[in-house]
Amino acid sequence: MSELINKTIYEHIEALRKKEYSSVELTKAYFDRINTEDKTIGAFITITPEKALESARAFDEGKLPDTPLAGIPCGIKDNMCTKDIKTTCASKMLGNYVPPYSAHAVEKLEQAGAVILGKMNMDEFAMGSTTENSAFKVCRNPVDTDRVPGGSSGGSAAAVAAKEAAYTLGSDTGGSIRQPASFCGVVGMKPTYGMVSRYGLIAFASSLDQIGPITNTVMDNAIVLNVIAGHDKRDATSIDRTYGDFTADIKKGVKGMKIGIPEQFLGKGISPDVKKAVLDAAEEYRMMGAEKVSISMPSIDYALSAYYVISSAEASSNLARFDGIRYGYRCAEYSDIEDLYRKSRSEGFGTEVKKRIMLGTFALSSGYYDAYYKKALQVRNLVRKDFNEAFGKCDLIISPVAPTVAYKIGEKVGDSLQMYMGDAYSVPVNIAGIPALSLPCGTGEGGMPVGMQLIGPAFSESLLYRAGYAFENKGKRG
Amino acid sequence: MKLINDYEMVIGLEVHVELKTETKIFCSCSTSYGAEPNTHTCPVCMGLPGVLPVLNGKVVEYAVKAGLATNCRIAHYSKEDRKNYFYPDLPKAYQISQYDLPLCSNGYVTIETPECSKNIGITRIHIEEDAGKLVHDNTHGTMIDCNRCGVPLIEIVSEPDIRSPEEAYAYLEKLRAIILYTGISDCKNNEGSFRCDVNLSIRKKGETEFGTRTEMKNINSFRYVVQAIEYEYKRQVELIESGGKVVQETRRFDQESGKTFAMRSKENANDYRYFPDPDLPPIELTDEDIEEIKNQIGELPDTKKKKFMESFGLSAYDSDTLLYNPDMARYFEKVVQYTPYYKIAANIFITDIMRMNKDEFFCPITAENLAKLATLFGEQVINSSTLKKLFKRMWQEDIDPLETVEKEGLAQINDRTVLSEVVDEVLKKSEKLVKDYKDGKEKAFEAIIGTAMGKTGGKANPVILTEILNNKIKGEE
Repeated sequence: MSELINKTIYEHIEALRKKEYSSVELTKAYFDRINTEDKTIGAFITITPEKALESARAFDEGKLPDTPLAGIPCGIKDNMCTKDIKTTCASKMLGNYVPPYSAHAVEKLEQAGAVILGKMNMDEFAMGSTTENSAFKVCRNPVDTDRVPGGSSGGSAAAVAAKEAAYTLGSDTGGSIRQPASFCGVVGMKPTYGMVSRYGLIAFASSLDQIGPITNTVMDNAIVLNVIAGHDKRDATSIDRTYGDFTADIKKGVKGMKIGIPEQFLGKGISPDVKKAVLDAAEEYRMMGAEKVSISMPSIDYALSAYYVISSAEASSNLARFDGIRYGYRCAEYSDIEDLYRKSRSEGFGTEVKKRIMLGTFALSSGYYDAYYKKALQVRNLVRKDFNEAFGKCDLIISPVAPTVAYKIGEKVGDSLQMYMGDAYSVPVNIAGIPALSLPCGTGEGGMPVGMQLIGPAFSESLLYRAGYAFENKGKRG
Repeated sequence: MKLINDYEMVIGLEVHVELKTETKIFCSCSTSYGAEPNTHTCPVCMGLPGVLPVLNGKVVEYAVKAGLATNCRIAHYSKEDRKNYFYPDLPKAYQISQYDLPLCSNGYVTIETPECSKNIGITRIHIEEDAGKLVHDNTHGTMIDCNRCGVPLIEIVSEPDIRSPEEAYAYLEKLRAIILYTGISDCKNNEGSFRCDVNLSIRKKGETEFGTRTEMKNINSFRYVVQAIEYEYKRQVELIESGGKVVQETRRFDQESGKTFAMRSKENANDYRYFPDPDLPPIELTDEDIEEIKNQIGELPDTKKKKFMESFGLSAYDSDTLLYNPDMARYFEKVVQYTPYYKIAANIFITDIMRMNKDEFFCPITAENLAKLATLFGEQVINSSTLKKLFKRMWQEDIDPLETVEKEGLAQINDRTVLSEVVDEVLKKSEKLVKDYKDGKEKAFEAIIGTAMGKTGGKANPVILTEILNNKIKGEE
């Protein structure tokens, strides 16, 4: 049965309807894979076999809605609330936290009849680029298990790459879907801010967080986004808009498309293998009938600094509720309320989280607000302006997702600055609130996958899928 | 006391008013008071991980009403900010409030004290959420009740224009009246829906610079505000006169002793790290939106008082009494549509109806019937004792006073001949009382009137009856 897990969502949809195999068989195949592989990979924090098989049986008995995702097994990043299922954010702070409600995106999947296999490993509270900040277990890159899978949605990307789930949901605050997708050689979409409801996503940086799918193919990705995109009145930042079928135009090709190549994304710090793969991909697009356009985005150099100020500031406030009073970790002994707060938070949070909380608290402090937070918001406007101008000259932008391929586990631990620099290409997209699709575009050092990102203006997801699909299937045409 | 007269007090008040929207500011939980602990809660107001706030539009509408009623400028663009601090009754560890762009600013209210009439400036009015309540208990320790978490509040910040406890009291009374008339809050001190922070400093009379101020938080009655001001003023004067310095600090007012005590100094004050809440889009209002809200505001107390005094000829005291409760004032206005006897109608409200009421205004008698009752008395068809009797019956059952007076013959007896006979009859049996009266016992006269009134079944016109008796005793009739 192991060949089942190698199929795409697109293939599962047809096979399940032709009854080539049942959802129960498919679900069991994924659990078999998890049982053999995940000891090494460490993609899951929690697995929910009983609940998954119950959904699978319900699908097989015709009790679930006949929607594309029905009966197909998936995984959810562990920062999205799942009713009655532990939701930990990979933190000791929420080690035993069981939410009384499900996130909007999870509800959408459940309503569509999805089979949820479990919850995915991640960097604690989504802060990190390697999943090494998980409080529970190491997560390894299935392509080379000595290497990191990227992060923070490392478990979500690794599971898809290791065929432990047909697809997963991740969240992307500064590249947390795209970078692990790139490191593991799979496809990840960071949708337009406001397209997928954040209700039930445990916030890291509210103005940047966005949920999106991680899949094996571009087509699969569009199929999943079809289900989770849409207005939700419980999220005031959710955009009241209806979306068409993201797969509708996917095969239309790129002829006549203008693809921008920004010089700032291919400059200092980029490793030659990544640069070559991305430039080769741009050339592929030209050969498929697209036009290459050189563009310049001068403000991008400041985006990374702005990102770390804004995201840390918001995080310092978002994570203040974890105080040991109502739920989550509470220290064993304390002398008074101050002591309870201090010890619970010191013991419950990991190093990276505490670092960001301190950074954000400082940036918002009276006397520093104007110099940091306010300045960062001004940079944010500049970045938006740069993108707007760029999209006057091209339909979409091609760039690397990260400056290097996946590196060795432990290699950058302790060198935060080096690690943060790795986010330089991914964060401008979050700062501007626009969508970007990450997909494999070749291999680099050590045979590791290189990912490129296609960046478009707000609500251009269909266009990005179209371009991504064309590249992914370039060899398959005549 | 001489020293104290050399100084003047400078007071600014911050008033928190709980809005009476049906649901909370960011979720659909009920705002009603007094429920079992933690029964009016949901993941949103409990601040569970992953939840998001969605602003209740009614809260904006109510706050704008407060702003318009206090002559404020209404912002076309404002935003909500997070005020960050740790406290067990604050589940998110931040309060959603408004920092630099409040909904309303630059207003004023006019107050009257025996000395003067003056405007007190309103610096700003902003919206925010209430926190929960800590309940201390000997067996369980400290527990948290989150029912109040997310109940909408407005904070009304005055300019430091207040110069005496009397002005502070008048300001609070006026503010309370305005808020009540806009219908956005019940302003119940005992339920904490109207509470006050007092900022107070002193300076030598004639100086223009402000002194160092202290803040007294969460005082929930106007009387305590006055006490706190009086105490704190005296404390600051004595401190300065004895060579000390006022320290900028937050002080607690103790209701038992009437004194204020230092809580925390400026150095230990929280840095709230305000920043715009990224979960909430800015609040944008068009001129049309503001106009629409303006049209929903009925007459405010100042306008009504003018009308009560000028059009209905009531005294300032009677007007204030009627206006204290907006529901009563509105019902009164309904009644006077049907009777020209405004003063009599006002008396029925002030003496008879108010006696039957507790906190809320309640009247089971229709406006038409109340008006008929006033007219019957005004036209001298019935006397005051019949009015009282009829009122009591009308409170119990739905009867038309006019029909009842006719059917039961309750009209007062104005006929001099009839009343004269009654008086004669009574005087025959009251020789001792007449003697007592002539010996100077005033009470004896009332006793004779009482007996005579009794003979007529309480229906005699008391004025005529008294006149006849008077004349007869003096031997003139």
